[in-house]
Amino acid sequence: MTHALNSRGSRRRQLAGMLYATPTAVIVGALFIAPLVLVVIMSLNKWPLLGSPTFNFPKNYQKITDDPLFMDAVWFTLKYTAIITVLLSALALGLALLVQDRRPGVGFFRTAFFLPGAVGFAAAALLFYGMLNNDFGPFGFLHVNWIGTPDMALFSTILLVLWRFAGFNMLILLTGLQSIPVDVYEAARTDGASRWQVFYRITLPLLRPTIALMLILSITGSLLAFDQFFIFTNGGPDNSTVSMVMVVYRNAFFRFDLGGAAALSMVLLIVLVALNAVQLRILRGPR
Amino acid sequence: MKPLLNYAWSRSALAVIFLFPLLWSGWSSVRGQPGSGQATGYGFGNYAQILKFGEGLPRYFANSLIVSSLTVAGTLVVSALGGYAFARFTFPGKNLLFLAALAILMVPYATILIPLYVLLGYIGLQNSLPGLALVFVMFQLPFALYMMRNSFEAIPREIEESALVDGCGSFRALTRILLPSVRPGLITVGLFAFLASWNDFFAPLILLNDGANFPLPVAVVSMTQRTFGAIDYGMLQAGVMVMAIPCLILFLVLQRYYVRGFMSGALRG
Repeated sequence: MTHALNSRGSRRRQLAGMLYATPTAVIVGALFIAPLVLVVIMSLNKWPLLGSPTFNFPKNYQKITDDPLFMDAVWFTLKYTAIITVLLSALALGLALLVQDRRPGVGFFRTAFFLPGAVGFAAAALLFYGMLNNDFGPFGFLHVNWIGTPDMALFSTILLVLWRFAGFNMLILLTGLQSIPVDVYEAARTDGASRWQVFYRITLPLLRPTIALMLILSITGSLLAFDQFFIFTNGGPDNSTVSMVMVVYRNAFFRFDLGGAAALSMVLLIVLVALNAVQLRILRGPR
Repeated sequence: MKPLLNYAWSRSALAVIFLFPLLWSGWSSVRGQPGSGQATGYGFGNYAQILKFGEGLPRYFANSLIVSSLTVAGTLVVSALGGYAFARFTFPGKNLLFLAALAILMVPYATILIPLYVLLGYIGLQNSLPGLALVFVMFQLPFALYMMRNSFEAIPREIEESALVDGCGSFRALTRILLPSVRPGLITVGLFAFLASWNDFFAPLILLNDGANFPLPVAVVSMTQRTFGAIDYGMLQAGVMVMAIPCLILFLVLQRYYVRGFMSGALRG
């Protein structure tokens, strides 16, 4: 089948292939592998923002559990992740089911639901920052203190994230819904299955891999939340909405402790790699 | 079973809810507000105000444009060459390199950016827009390489073979014959690279420390820091619009290429 390709000398082909892959290799090596090695080294040293590092293993790791801000951030981030994942998945599934059929005007609704996703997350956070300000925004008449208390700050952030990401997750689910053959539905309907039975017995099981993908993207994204809490709530009130990545950032650039920040990001790395390993099992398992 | 909600009505109500914040932001950026750049009536006073904010909007806009252009160009070149290599050639370390590139998806953003801040300092690229663009190219690689490898694999080998038989080198075959065929893939990759680099906040926040180098998201967020005095909410929404409108237009024009990115399975890594 590949006469021409082979007859040109596999050694020359090999060299050509390596040449084309060189830019990839340089970028992966210099900007991904090297930083990964460096973050391990940094986590073993007292590494100030300015000045030279000194070896201090295992101090950076020991002090993780002594940092009340980080331990609070762990619980807060887990709580946020659980709430967002449930609400976002439910909303995205509802939206996807509403716009899955090819009816007139469905394109408009898909676009409308997705459009917030085209706006950058930082821009979206600033938009809500203004919209939920009672002096400037349209909801002042409700007299709700949107980011004034810890619970309300979390609630308002959830509104922001749902608005920004529901369409994104809807799109993921739509790709899964559209890969379900139409005749499966028709067969079920002729057998007299109700709408609910079709959804529960056919749609949900066949959508399982897509839902798993959405859940993993939502969980990993939420565990690494930063922009929404840095921009929208600024960690407040009283550090009640400080996420794990915000603590990494604060340690590095406010406490000038890059070694401590590196140790924290090693913890994040291990958690995320473990989660991704679970993801691969779920995604590849049932096939 | 009767549907609980009327489809047309529930969809329309939801569409209004999802579109409302964008419409509100656009409206707020031009409406009159005492003490703002647009004191009364409607007009572009807030936009005139933002032109003079900090280093000036043109500077921030240009910074964003430079970073995004470099990111898009870099991502396209690296992923087109790399995708070609992974789809059509065999060489030692091929699978390992591909897996390493996909592994970028698994690693938390912060875990790479903290050491990158130090590393870019070693090679003189800290606080530089090209340095930031290189970092964005790296973050785009898993998606872009996967997308381009699949695009090249979808082209029948016979087309390329006849060119090679005619004495065409593999690079000429790539530029003359293959690249035009993978154009949709390139547009999808370029669109994702633009949206990601134009909108990203965290990477420039960490890697840039000179205000004159800030791209739009970092510059506009700095309007909410009280060091600049009272927050001018009208100007803030003008800033939101300046950031959002290019993305909204690009998305609406290239929507089907965006959806292709979702259909490709590339999100799965």
